[in-house]
Amino acid sequence: MSSPTLAIIDSGGANIASLMYAFRRLGIDGELTTDAERIRAAQRVILPGVGAARDAMSRLVDLDLVDVIRGLSQPVLGICLGMQLLADASEEEDVECLGIIPGVAGKLRGGTSCPVPNMGWCSVTAAQPDEVLHSIDDGSYFYFVHSYALPVSEHTVATARHAEPFSAMVRRDNFVAAQFHPERSSANGARLLANFAGVTA
Amino acid sequence: MRDGEVVKGVRFRNHRVVGDIVALATRYCEEGADELVFYDITASPDGRTVDRSWVDRVAAVIDIPFCVAGGIRSVADAEDVLNKGADKISVNSPALESPRLINDLARRFGSQCVVLGVDSREQDGAYNVYQYTGDPDKTVAAELATVEWIAEAQDRGIGEVVLNCMNQDGVRQGYDNAQLALIRKHCHVPLIASGGAGSMQHFADTFREAGVDGALAASVFHSAEIDIRDLKRFLADEGIDIRTD
Repeated sequence: MSSPTLAIIDSGGANIASLMYAFRRLGIDGELTTDAERIRAAQRVILPGVGAARDAMSRLVDLDLVDVIRGLSQPVLGICLGMQLLADASEEEDVECLGIIPGVAGKLRGGTSCPVPNMGWCSVTAAQPDEVLHSIDDGSYFYFVHSYALPVSEHTVATARHAEPFSAMVRRDNFVAAQFHPERSSANGARLLANFAGVTA
Repeated sequence: MRDGEVVKGVRFRNHRVVGDIVALATRYCEEGADELVFYDITASPDGRTVDRSWVDRVAAVIDIPFCVAGGIRSVADAEDVLNKGADKISVNSPALESPRLINDLARRFGSQCVVLGVDSREQDGAYNVYQYTGDPDKTVAAELATVEWIAEAQDRGIGEVVLNCMNQDGVRQGYDNAQLALIRKHCHVPLIASGGAGSMQHFADTFREAGVDGALAASVFHSAEIDIRDLKRFLADEGIDIRTD
């Protein structure tokens, strides 16, 4: 079996289908896997995630994937909860995460004008240039569904605002992550995934 | 998406009509809709579930979030729909029959996946919940005040509320902003206005007067009376924060 172009780590949760379809529209058949060798061999790796941080981390521990993910040197994209899993920790049930990108995911501050979870399209502002944002207009809208977020830090690539600004994207070395769902963010989301995968949208 | 033909397509499991669902979904997606809701209004009264083969086909072509409503009576129903690529499931009558369903769905999938549909109507100065609204012969008052039901559903873990204001539905006189503004005060999760849209101004009014997070409409888009692109440009010009790219 040849090395996968794109490995999607099966971190549990029910929304993998939309991610697989999004890459298929770009002509890429992602391989959904929990196999350490397949993940290490892939040209690019996606760490998706929906649901609770504790469940997802337990799953990565049970699958023996914690050190595998930490050791990856190819481009890795964390999406939504996957972004928080790449961070140091989440305040959601005080879970220790992978510690790849510094920061602790905190609960969004809410109110009737800023309901939590934050569900919907938010404008995303670049904080520093990044290859995955190539040819995407600053201020473009992306689709968010989350209750926790990483604060703005030196690793922030782009910000968005709920009651307060938060990291919409972060990067450290080969690890980049988005709090929003590019697979559900229309043409700009497709462009971001294409940029990450190194193809044309 | 409550237009007769599309709903019939689901009910009769007709592949030609399912194709129409995909075409319509693609069209709305390209026109800039922010989210689609597929709503089988006859599912609950007949005590059966939707044919779900079309969920896969919709998920394959659209790149915006979509919600499936109608016939979600169990965690297994919801899992089937979400695994096929839907982003959310919406419950209405089954949650009224068994409110525990909300807790079970929220625990299994997270609140963000679980939408509460509420059909509410003013009667003698109070807003009350109605059930089985898909079939006029079976529609009954749920004997529950709308405010109380939404409060309970939030405690049980609902992540979003779509409030269908029955006084306004189908008459195209604008959203029921008095009711929506009242519910807004009691609703700490995203609130979506539904029922009554007839003009672009109606959309602007409900965002401004009721403070809703979204506005849902079917017939004005189906009939192409309102073009989604024009609507979103209009709303942006009115100063409402909305995606127009």
